[in-house]
Amino acid sequence: MPLSDFLLRLGDDRLINGHRLSEWCGHGPILEEDIALANISLDLVGQANLLLELAGKEEGQGRTADTLAYFREGTEFRNALIMELPRGDFAFTTTRQFLVSVFDALYLERLQNSKHSDLAGIAAKAFKEVRYHARHSADWMLKLGDGTAESHQRTQASVDELWRFTGEMFEMDALEIDLVEQGVAVDRTALREAWRAEVTRVFQAATLTVPDDGFMQRGGREGRHTEHLGHLLAEMQIVARSFPGAEW
Amino acid sequence: MAEQKASSGDGDATDTQWPLWEVFIQPKPGAPHEHCGSVHAVDAEQALLNARDVYARRNEGIHLWVVPTQWITGSTPEDVGPFFDPANDKAYRHPQFYKTPRGVKVY
Repeated sequence: MPLSDFLLRLGDDRLINGHRLSEWCGHGPILEEDIALANISLDLVGQANLLLELAGKEEGQGRTADTLAYFREGTEFRNALIMELPRGDFAFTTTRQFLVSVFDALYLERLQNSKHSDLAGIAAKAFKEVRYHARHSADWMLKLGDGTAESHQRTQASVDELWRFTGEMFEMDALEIDLVEQGVAVDRTALREAWRAEVTRVFQAATLTVPDDGFMQRGGREGRHTEHLGHLLAEMQIVARSFPGAEW
Repeated sequence: MAEQKASSGDGDATDTQWPLWEVFIQPKPGAPHEHCGSVHAVDAEQALLNARDVYARRNEGIHLWVVPTQWITGSTPEDVGPFFDPANDKAYRHPQFYKTPRGVKVY
């Protein structure tokens, strides 16, 4: 079912991104940032919960958010590849969050007008959260990029490494084009310019270089993932799979 | 005697902590800002963001102030006598000798 497939993309992006951020819990550079990363992680997992629950409902096979999160294989996940890359160092995590959150804020702002009222409601709630994620990570981009020689070097290296994974966020296929025509989804390609402008603005202030668009990695929307997703899922799913139906 | 509180990092070469900021939160419109704690941050924007994450993520308020701790001047323990004791025997400073008119709601 096209709509539930689309909701899986939105939900999986947030679930996997949120899980990666949760790996920082107890490892943040300072206490305040440790809490901030966990907050952002919880925001994203909360959004994923709503979106996957809706995906299960639209699918009509009785699957819940938990079933979808814990009992799907890697090839059934529909997140963009950028979400599943290992958390790396703090510069890498921050850079990913910045690139993703700027996109996410643009996307959710428009998704609030979706003709699907449940989806529009989730978008309205998530938009507020993600505006904060974008502001928080932009502030860190300034401090890392325009910080010490080492923080600058690590951040620019992260930008260069992550850039080829940014194209997938703007990809449209027949499924989403159709949903855009129905007024349910948002045209991702139309966000590219605004995204680039905001990223460029922050990078310039942070003395970072915007890379040239070259070859872009893709495949997550069709379930073709990097090797990293399997390891993430193993950790994320093991408790639910070892003790099916357990409650606490 | 007034004591200027130093922000952490000042004058102590072994302390690598970032400067300290005091956080004040306004619980609801019209209510005064109340001190709720402190955060470390290198500048005002980061102090505000950290304050939000540490003290305002459970619906505690609607407005935040952050102030560098070093700009807060506190009274000292020696001030307790001269500052606060003289208040004890001056009950007339409290408006408790007035009768509340009928029709006025007492909170």
